[in-house]
Amino acid sequence: MPIDASLVGRAFPATQPHPVTAEAVQAFTAAVGSAPDGNVPPTFPIVVAFAALQDFLAAEQVELSRIVHGDQRFRYQRPVAVGDVLTAQLTVTGVRSIGGNDIVSTSSEITDADGGVVCTATATIVHRGGAA
Amino acid sequence: MNDLTPGAELETKTFDVTRADLVAYAHASGDHNPIHQDEEIALAVGLPGVIAHGMYTLALVGRAIGEWTGGAEVVEIGAKFVAPVVVPAEGAAQVTVAGTVGERTDDGLLPLALTITVDGTKVLGAPRATVRA
Repeated sequence: MPIDASLVGRAFPATQPHPVTAEAVQAFTAAVGSAPDGNVPPTFPIVVAFAALQDFLAAEQVELSRIVHGDQRFRYQRPVAVGDVLTAQLTVTGVRSIGGNDIVSTSSEITDADGGVVCTATATIVHRGGAA
Repeated sequence: MNDLTPGAELETKTFDVTRADLVAYAHASGDHNPIHQDEEIALAVGLPGVIAHGMYTLALVGRAIGEWTGGAEVVEIGAKFVAPVVVPAEGAAQVTVAGTVGERTDDGLLPLALTITVDGTKVLGAPRATVRA
């Protein structure tokens, strides 16, 4: 199913608030093999950024198995800490079609419980429409 | 901790990635895309096999930075996922993260120039990482 180019500029509803718990950080560092050092890993906000992405895909009825991650970047205003409660709001910034695949660019603002921006997560996802 | 003088070479890190790591990462990140777990589905959508989450590979970059810098604050991290990291059913894929310290920016941050490869093939494109150190 092609992704509708008219989505460009649309801001999707913010995700549910995601508490950054010590357990969640520990599970993440353990999966990656990092020694726990008290810091939240710099790619940890993918947890809430991915939730925003999943909400977007569900809203557009796109099957996750046809999605490949094209790129991902995080630019921080401040480090994430255990105890933060993060929310992400995704905006579609571009849709283009190349060789039967739709390439969707997104930017998600990740904010804390007070509404302050913690980081901006930009991502490109590739919807492998044609491959079978 | 490594020498963070601009121009210094960072100690190259090689990390194993197993299917079990991907299962653990799926639970930790919430990304349960079956292409990272299920060979049949991965092949059915035209992939060469079960592939690591791109974000798993990028998380390994975060791990390397943490080890190099003694846990310095990361101000920016990102990359393009330019080649799949195929993870075999038995054994592991090996992701190598190499880097050098860049020139300090006007606002006092240190960019790291990184190369991330599997078997000599670059798997992350245009990697960017900047730390406050």
